[in-house]
Amino acid sequence: MAEVFFFLGAIGALAGAIGTVSLRNPFYTVLALVVHLLSLAALFLLLRAEFLAAAQVIVYVGAVMVLYLFVVAYVGGGDDPLRAAGSPRLRWASALFAGALFAELSIAVLGTGLTALGEEGAGFSPAFGTPAEIGRLLLTDFLLAFEVASMLLLVAAVGAVILARRRTGLEDPRELMSVGDLMRSGSRDQLTGGKAGTMIEVEGPPQR
Amino acid sequence: MNVEWYLVVSALVFSIGAGGVLVRRNPLVILLCIELMLNASNLALVAFARAHGNQDGQIFALIVMVVAACEVAVGLGLIVAIYRRRLPIDVDELRELQG
Repeated sequence: MAEVFFFLGAIGALAGAIGTVSLRNPFYTVLALVVHLLSLAALFLLLRAEFLAAAQVIVYVGAVMVLYLFVVAYVGGGDDPLRAAGSPRLRWASALFAGALFAELSIAVLGTGLTALGEEGAGFSPAFGTPAEIGRLLLTDFLLAFEVASMLLLVAAVGAVILARRRTGLEDPRELMSVGDLMRSGSRDQLTGGKAGTMIEVEGPPQR
Repeated sequence: MNVEWYLVVSALVFSIGAGGVLVRRNPLVILLCIELMLNASNLALVAFARAHGNQDGQIFALIVMVVAACEVAVGLGLIVAIYRRRLPIDVDELRELQG
């Protein structure tokens, strides 16, 4: 039975990966990656990594992919035109490189002397990979990595906000009104000048 | 299932992701292909953790997921900044740093 689920998950993961690389529309690309991630979560479950599978579905499929979808919708990810000049040669070279990489990895994996790889895997306790065990490890043996990861997330969140903020400054002096004035006046119309939405929306789509 | 099978799937996904990084020119899709490669490494880590009956590999995979989330946040921030400055969203066109 495990074989059936393995092949289902593997085929899903590979199909999602190929779709991510080959689909033209960025929106469909993100959806293909969602398929890939869900299949990978199934493979994680087969490998007795329950907590990791749940985190994969919640963090990746739930949060990161939604972030991608919002950016694709904001940027207006039209189709990705493949340039004619010099493109086919480059694509063949890339495919050749990917094939060579796979051959090398396969030789490294299958030609290894590790005897554990040809088996079902070592024995494990019933609690292997459960949230309780992972949490215990994170708060005992890997406390430093845990804290560094939280710091890294904070830095990345602040950095993303700084990078994506509006750089042009305030073009409309009415935007300088303090929040206190806004509370006193009690109406939003004064701030936006009667026009709803952000400055970019008022200006219309950017001209290319 | 033998652990080797998982490793072969991981190698295939990694190669597909690497080829995608080389072929595609939209930075959004390149970020997605990098996600593919990170997930392939995650699969290999979890497979080795299963092979050795040791959960340290799963912790490693979890930290890789955190780093991937950070990379996505910063990368998407960059793409939004590029879009705000009315620059083309194409890695072949964005070569001002090249001099």
